[in-house]
Amino acid sequence: MLSNVIMICTGMIGLAMLFCLWRLIKGPDITDRILALDTLYINSIALIILLGLYYGTALYFEGALLIAMLGFVSTSAVAKYLLRGDIIE
Amino acid sequence: MNLIWVPLLPLLGCLVSLLLGRYPRSTMALGAAILPAIALGIVVSLAPEVMSGSNPVVTYDWVPALSLQISFMLDGLALMFTLLILGIGLLVILYARYYLSEADNAGRFYASLLLFMTAMLGVVLSANLIQLWFFWELTSVSSFMLISYWSHRSDARKGARMAMTITGAGGLALLAGLILIGEVVGSYDLRTVLASGSLIAEHSLYPVIVVLVLLGAFTKSAQFPFHSWLPQAMAAPTPVSSYLHSATMVKAGIFLMARFYPVLSDTHLWFALVSLVGLTTLLVGAYTALFKHDLKGLLAYSTISHLGLITLLLGLDTELASIAAMFHVINHAVFKASLFMAAGIIDHESGSRDMRKLNGLFRYMPYTATLAMVAASSMAGVPLLNGFLSKEMLFAESLHQETFGSLSWLIPLLVTVGGALAVAYSLRFVHDVFFNGEPIGLEKTPHEPPRYMRVPVEILVVLCLLVGVLPDLIVGDLLVAVGASLMPAGVPEFSISIWHGFNIPLLMSFLAVLGGVALYRQRRHMFNFQARFTEVDPKLAFEHMIQTLVERARSVQLWLDNGSFQRYALWLLLMAIAAMSVPMVNIPHARGSLEVTELDMVALGGALLMIVASVATAMLSHQRLLALVTISVVGLVVSVAFAWFSAPDLALTQLSVEVATIILFLLALYFLPQKVSLNHLSPGRIVRDMGIATAAGAIVGTLTYAMLTRPFDSISSFFTENAKTGGGGTNVVNVILVDFRGFDTFGEITVLAIASLGIYKLLAGVRLFVPAADMDGRPWSKDSHPLMLMQISQSLLPLALLVSAYIFLRGHNLPGGGFIAGLITAIALIQQYVANGVVWMRDRGDLKFQWFIVWGLFIAFASGVGSWLFERPFLTSWFDYFYLPLVGKFELASAMAFDLGVYLTVIGATLSILANLGKLTTTDRPTRPGRRS
Repeated sequence: MLSNVIMICTGMIGLAMLFCLWRLIKGPDITDRILALDTLYINSIALIILLGLYYGTALYFEGALLIAMLGFVSTSAVAKYLLRGDIIE
Repeated sequence: MNLIWVPLLPLLGCLVSLLLGRYPRSTMALGAAILPAIALGIVVSLAPEVMSGSNPVVTYDWVPALSLQISFMLDGLALMFTLLILGIGLLVILYARYYLSEADNAGRFYASLLLFMTAMLGVVLSANLIQLWFFWELTSVSSFMLISYWSHRSDARKGARMAMTITGAGGLALLAGLILIGEVVGSYDLRTVLASGSLIAEHSLYPVIVVLVLLGAFTKSAQFPFHSWLPQAMAAPTPVSSYLHSATMVKAGIFLMARFYPVLSDTHLWFALVSLVGLTTLLVGAYTALFKHDLKGLLAYSTISHLGLITLLLGLDTELASIAAMFHVINHAVFKASLFMAAGIIDHESGSRDMRKLNGLFRYMPYTATLAMVAASSMAGVPLLNGFLSKEMLFAESLHQETFGSLSWLIPLLVTVGGALAVAYSLRFVHDVFFNGEPIGLEKTPHEPPRYMRVPVEILVVLCLLVGVLPDLIVGDLLVAVGASLMPAGVPEFSISIWHGFNIPLLMSFLAVLGGVALYRQRRHMFNFQARFTEVDPKLAFEHMIQTLVERARSVQLWLDNGSFQRYALWLLLMAIAAMSVPMVNIPHARGSLEVTELDMVALGGALLMIVASVATAMLSHQRLLALVTISVVGLVVSVAFAWFSAPDLALTQLSVEVATIILFLLALYFLPQKVSLNHLSPGRIVRDMGIATAAGAIVGTLTYAMLTRPFDSISSFFTENAKTGGGGTNVVNVILVDFRGFDTFGEITVLAIASLGIYKLLAGVRLFVPAADMDGRPWSKDSHPLMLMQISQSLLPLALLVSAYIFLRGHNLPGGGFIAGLITAIALIQQYVANGVVWMRDRGDLKFQWFIVWGLFIAFASGVGSWLFERPFLTSWFDYFYLPLVGKFELASAMAFDLGVYLTVIGATLSILANLGKLTTTDRPTRPGRRS
């Protein structure tokens, strides 16, 4: 039962990622694309957690944790770049 | 005494001279002379053994694994050269004591001279080919220091450079030749080579070997057309000239030919090459010497001519020619050294070397003049002197050779012409300097030199006379011993005597003297004719040649490497395509024997994501920020793919590297143009680049597919099996990094540290253009540090540090480790710089990044060295399990200390690069010491 749920969820997350890709390519603005990238980060957290559930291991948890933590850093850095150009000042 | 001391003592003397640098001149000369004198004593004590036919040898293993040895051998040939090098060297030391002025640094002079002496002794005594070459190069280097001794003079520097370049180039050819000899014979041991008989001469590589070895010999011995460096080397102090150009440097080339005479010489190629070059050099040198107004210039060209004479003798295929050559080596060394010394005395005591000014010096320095006249007569080949004997032998040998078939009769004729020229220039030396009226415009009145300055000349001139009158008694036995080295099959009977009766050689001598006198009397016509040539300064010609060479090299380099990254990438890709495509054409099918795993939807979706993002990156590459966003997608998908295919360590590393890279790009992007126009690209270039990119992609893709579908046996199973038992960790990746391959990791973090210091240095003092608006021309936001970002980032820091500590600690057994933990910490700190600013960070404790690096490297190094305390090799790891109340069972491993070093170095290096790049726009930017920015 659970594996079926995981399968369906994985498919949905995959679909969401493809939609993100669509937004990333189409734009039209740079902010749309940055948001798309950030959403891709979040989706991949979900994907990795699902993978860990599927295999029944906690090994992948740190991967998800790192994406959650560092994905924020890169998104905020790009946002700061749009705002000020100079990200460390 | 042991033979090894012969080259070793002068080397120690080199140190003694440097240490005695402040003492009075006489003490210094004595100090410099004492050790070579002992060496000479050793050689003399060994001489009877050599004369009786056994050759003392010493051999030490140096690098046994490479069959490299330190090996010296004293045979007859080496004995003769060793006696000359040490004997004349000692006289030069005494002479230089009086020659050098107070302003000259005598310590440096003696040290260079003794270093050179060591090198020469090494060349003649070496019993190993590579070792011989090493000392050969050392003669080039040390003679460079001697020739450029007066380094404030431009001609000394140029002359030294020229000598170094020409003899050094010859040395490279010689190395190639010696390696070929070693390969052909199968041993680099000289005795094996010399015992190989006709093995080399019958090998198909023989012509190449001969040409390469002779190139080395000819450049060193200043044979035509490589002779031009020798006259330029006359810029050296005269003691140097009298040493380098009589007994040593130039004789090294002769020695080389003699050394390999037994195995290389007995062919037509050798005889034709050597005799032709020797004959040409003999004539060119003698002819040019006649027109030199400079005393040392005359002697220089006469040296070239005499070297040609010796070479010619080595190239004549008669029984006694090589004996005559060696005899002339001794004679020339003796009279030429004394002549150079006499020229130095004249220069020293009259202030000029110009023969147009120097006249009638006999009245001022009768004693020196007499000595010089005897030596010059020996150079001309006047009977009862040593020069006469060897020249007579040359005449005799030239009569019964058949080197050039039916044209062989030309050799005796040309040799007689050479003899006449020698008589003419010797006559000029004597007549122009000591007679012929009064001196013209000399700065000081010439007078006799100090008593002991003349002693070396006296000794040498007495030797000229002694050898000239009693040749068999003085050098007969030595020549037999030398002959045994040159002709191992057996030395023919010979006797050197001053009277052979009335015969053709005597007639040739007579004709040469007569012709020489006639030439000298008619010199006015010859000078007039010679004046019609436009003289080319060899120094200028040489410099021109070198500069042309450098320019050519530079233009080739500019074509290959014009500083553009695209050009590098182009060459690298082309090379990779060329290297990979050829073997891949030979693989019939890309698909191997392994079963292909089934395609699932997630992998397909991920691949689609990656492909689309990659194509988008390529297409958007001119809009840099967009390209950065799309390439981030590629990095993210790769990280997830690593996790998906069960490589969590790689996934973690890839993620943290990805983020650090994005920050680096953003920092650099600020200073770069935001959009690049593609209009300047020609359509041809676009098609070319697309073609290359497609080819590279296709090849790498096929290669990966072929690799993955084949069973592949790697060493990874070893690591998997031994990680727990050998390294005390279950995370194989981490155990490999900190234990099995710890030394590699140590090298890597050292490189990382050096790179970050290099980047710091590059950034120091840089001021860059700061754009005032974004790419669409909108002004930047006023809010430099948004409050929300500050708050979130600050609360992120403890969390991130906790995660990194966790990842660090569990790294040995589960995914993680010092490298990933270091990156996480660095990124968390960088985020504080981004959100709060440099000033805010500085107020809360100034982070000295370089200390992180230093401590990191130190801890890693110390944890490696620690294993020495337990008498284990560097970086042997240790681990054990302990119990503590509350905590329970836990493991301690020395690899953890090493990992801590990695952790700190990574933090320091990453921060040093990113934060310093960020600080460029602030007042905290890296500065150069002593400069305000």
